[in-house]
Amino acid sequence: MDLTTIWFLLVAVLFTGYFILEGFDFGVGMLLPVLGRDDRERRVLINTIGPVWDGNEVWLITAGGAMFAAFPEWYATLFSGFYLPLLLILLALIARGVAFEYRHKRPEASWKRRWDAAIVVGSLLPAILWGVAFANILRGVPLDADHEYVGGLLNLLNPYALLGGATTLALFLTHGAVFLALKTTGDIRERAGALAVRLGVGAAVLAVGFLTWTLSIRSSAAAVVLAVGAALALLGGVAAAKVRREGWAFTGTAVAIGLAVATLFAALFPNVLPSTLDAAGTLTTTNAASTPYTLKIMTWVAVIFTPIVLAYQGWTYWVFRKRIGVANIPQH
Amino acid sequence: MDALDVARWQFGVTTVYHFLFVPLTIGLSVLVAILQTMWHRTGNERYLKLTKFYGKLFLINFAMGVVTGIVQEFQFGMNWSDYSRFVGDVFGAPLAIEALVAFFLESTFIGLWIFGWDRLPKRAHLASIWAAAIGTNLSAYFILAANSFMQNPVGYRLNPDTGRAELTDFLAVMTNKVALITFPHTLAGSFLVAGSLVVAVGLYHVIRNRDSADTGAYRFATKFGSWVVLVSTAAVVFTGDIQGKIMTEVQPMKMAAAEGLYTTESPASFSVLTIGSLDGSREVFAIKIPYLLSYLGTGDPNGTVHGINDLQAQYASQYGAGSYTPIIPVTYWSFRFMIAFGMAAAAIALLVLWSQRKGRTPTSKWLLRAGLAMPVLPLLANSFGWIFTEMGRQPWIVFGEMLTRNGVSRSVSLAEVLTSFTAFTLIYATLAVIEVKLLLRYAKAGVPDVSEEHPIDDTHDDAERPLAFAY
Repeated sequence: MDLTTIWFLLVAVLFTGYFILEGFDFGVGMLLPVLGRDDRERRVLINTIGPVWDGNEVWLITAGGAMFAAFPEWYATLFSGFYLPLLLILLALIARGVAFEYRHKRPEASWKRRWDAAIVVGSLLPAILWGVAFANILRGVPLDADHEYVGGLLNLLNPYALLGGATTLALFLTHGAVFLALKTTGDIRERAGALAVRLGVGAAVLAVGFLTWTLSIRSSAAAVVLAVGAALALLGGVAAAKVRREGWAFTGTAVAIGLAVATLFAALFPNVLPSTLDAAGTLTTTNAASTPYTLKIMTWVAVIFTPIVLAYQGWTYWVFRKRIGVANIPQH
Repeated sequence: MDALDVARWQFGVTTVYHFLFVPLTIGLSVLVAILQTMWHRTGNERYLKLTKFYGKLFLINFAMGVVTGIVQEFQFGMNWSDYSRFVGDVFGAPLAIEALVAFFLESTFIGLWIFGWDRLPKRAHLASIWAAAIGTNLSAYFILAANSFMQNPVGYRLNPDTGRAELTDFLAVMTNKVALITFPHTLAGSFLVAGSLVVAVGLYHVIRNRDSADTGAYRFATKFGSWVVLVSTAAVVFTGDIQGKIMTEVQPMKMAAAEGLYTTESPASFSVLTIGSLDGSREVFAIKIPYLLSYLGTGDPNGTVHGINDLQAQYASQYGAGSYTPIIPVTYWSFRFMIAFGMAAAAIALLVLWSQRKGRTPTSKWLLRAGLAMPVLPLLANSFGWIFTEMGRQPWIVFGEMLTRNGVSRSVSLAEVLTSFTAFTLIYATLAVIEVKLLLRYAKAGVPDVSEEHPIDDTHDDAERPLAFAY
């Protein structure tokens, strides 16, 4: 396998990891007012992701860095072309990240309400916009022969992309509810479990519709297999949530999100950003890639450090494996 | 005003803002790790209190550094896409490695440290803060290596077919002499900020909170911070001196611009104050110290330092007609402010140490005021240092290879970049107010009570036990 394909796979893996991990973070954030009926309950929800959300977000920073290093043209065209959606994502991530850290720093209810709003909006916007962005990557955008984006904001708000946004929103909500059922005790656990089933049915409908539409735009044998796998995993996850097998339910939604993202990348390959105008504008793993020398060095770094990162990040989840409930929330 | 100007302002504002939080993160992570290590070694509760106290201030600041950092990585692609295309083959690698090697370490272990007080064995918990501190400091190296390529491009070739820079020697990029010296200089500057914060907060409680049972802890913190400031200042001066010589060699225009030196001199004198003509092409009035600039720039009191006008003529013949001169008042004054603010912090640290000599307790209101100003001074020094080094590189985005104006995103409109600049400015200003208020609130609250700690207890079912720390 040549280096550009390896790096296409690595970028895909990084974004897949990001959506699986921050997917439930986003879900927990959006469900804050739904499942957290009072301040203590909301604190339970926030603390399920407290120790891990920052590490989860580094998957995005690494994915962005890998894209920059391995496919500079892709990074440059995509980030300048999707300017306003990315701006909104950045503002959301800023507000949300600070909110986690600052919310508990003052006792006033008004203070907490404002940060709660920041967490909800800061989770909701990226949950939708990432779907919109990735759907547009797959669908293709107007690029001229210099690979410059020549569309406007409205080009990005097409029905297929909006369905993509609705799908990631529903998937992350379900994933978050399933995660909460797995990580909490008592009443919250029950409510999260019940909500997960209802959300999951909606997510399954949206995901099947979106993936079918995706495969009608561009497809490959691998993409079809992955899409079917994603749908099955999601149905399995929802079924497991229904019978309160929380570990299996979480595995199901995690695999479903992973395979759905993988479907997009598999359908896209070997393109990385197709042009809807001039075919010469299309960016591929070949014409967007860095030199073999750069890719070789990056491969070595990835081979050495990725297992280490996975090991200690996995260990963190093990350290904080215990469920928490309102009884575990300290007064201050 | 066009999209280019706004994109430049946005990058400048967001970067300077980001770097208000970074020095404290870099320095304070290590200082908190040292305090916690002292607690482990001595078992003295004083150090535990200080660890938790400064740890809290560290975390309030840390959150801001993290979220403003994501903007930086995105901004290259969003606003400087032609730059990203030009250098991506070289510049992307250190950024990706920074994320993989440093940011994961930092973010994962900071989570373990914050929430792990009762979840991890004591030694593993101590190791967590060290891992986070190492991650933070490592990240500085990678990003400075990337920045150093913009100052002094090495280890690459220009591909004549694509017109792009291509990496030929990764080791050369990572051991760029500008990076090797900028890294310790930046670290020293960061510890100067962190030490100053430790002093300011400690001194506040020593003077204002005299009857506190924790006076001993505050006195220790004040002295500890003062020594950090003094050692960092020595390191800043030492590394800055070497950096000046390297700058004279690889970016002579920046050195000339730092000095407002219009014509080549050997020996060259150091300008204490130079006032240039309005068009910035010649000096009107100057106070100078003979031989000093030659010595600073070359190590030889009679060495030749090239002047702005000669370098401008040389670059014009080398790169084609155009201005290759940075904005002289900006470089000249930012260079001086950097030095002055840094030195002021060191002077106050000396006063603070003197005020506590032989067990004395300082009482002076003036000392307190000076002490409280301390953290701001090196922060300003850091900001001016970066403004100097980045503005001094202009008009280049990559020195000698690409002009800043050619690096901007062509597909981003003026309206779009105005939108983002406004949005960033508003959210950053709001968060700055909130952050400073929180810092002051927690700094005033003083060290926490640690008598009700929750040691690891595996013998009891802890289903009902409160978490040692919770958001």
